[in-house]
Amino acid sequence: MANAADDLPVELEKRGEAVVLRPSGEIDLGRSPSLRTSISKAQSAKPQRLIFDLKDVPYMDSSGVATLVEAMQVARRYHGSVVLCGLHERVLSIFEIARLDMVFKIVDTLDEALHA
Amino acid sequence: MKGPPLIADPHVKIDMLSQPRYLAGARAMIASVARRLGFREADCAHVALALDEALCNVIKHGYEKREDQHIWISVWPMEGNCCGVRILIEDRGRQVEPAEIRSRQLDDIRPGGLGVHIISQVMDHVEYNKREGGGMSLLMEKHIAAEESTPQARKEPA
Repeated sequence: MANAADDLPVELEKRGEAVVLRPSGEIDLGRSPSLRTSISKAQSAKPQRLIFDLKDVPYMDSSGVATLVEAMQVARRYHGSVVLCGLHERVLSIFEIARLDMVFKIVDTLDEALHA
Repeated sequence: MKGPPLIADPHVKIDMLSQPRYLAGARAMIASVARRLGFREADCAHVALALDEALCNVIKHGYEKREDQHIWISVWPMEGNCCGVRILIEDRGRQVEPAEIRSRQLDDIRPGGLGVHIISQVMDHVEYNKREGGGMSLLMEKHIAAEESTPQARKEPA
């Protein structure tokens, strides 16, 4: 049963051929469906590059990671790419544990992501 | 001395409904307890992550996302030569053979199935069991070496 507390605010911004998604808050099993909805909206236009700016995400569990893996797979189907930036140490840690840090393109800043 | 035997009353016991909205509260509780027990900040985060992943697995697989079921979290401090925290998570959900609970191949890049792997990576001891009368239990321990304990923990009164 979803409620307002499960909504994850996600800012969408178009930057040239890229779309930047800027979620804000902890991403866990309760909130990853809300993130998935925002991603679907952003990917409906098949942007060449989808950038997740995670500077305002202090925590993510494997359900959040799974949602980003889904986004990457969708992007690959239309020959787009996914870039992650601004990861907190705790969030980067889960990508490393799952050995997904070598699968995703991960950079420090949004500027690097736009030019990656 | 390892941690207290499981027959000892837990120092913390929480009965939560199988709803994802309560994961944040469970994470905050265990991170706070771990901090006071002397874990470094990175290890507090790992203990919280392990609890989160364990609860997610119960909600998704044990209770198949039914939100009116109960999950019990018990916490004991571990003191003596082997300091740390011991966490027991119990449910009345679907039972599986403990030997069948294992991580998937990480080379297979797909969404989901990472929880068991993450728990095994961040905790020092992980033990799945079937509960008598139904459901599963997961016992997890995270140890802390005496030289790693934080000043805050060392100042705690006995």
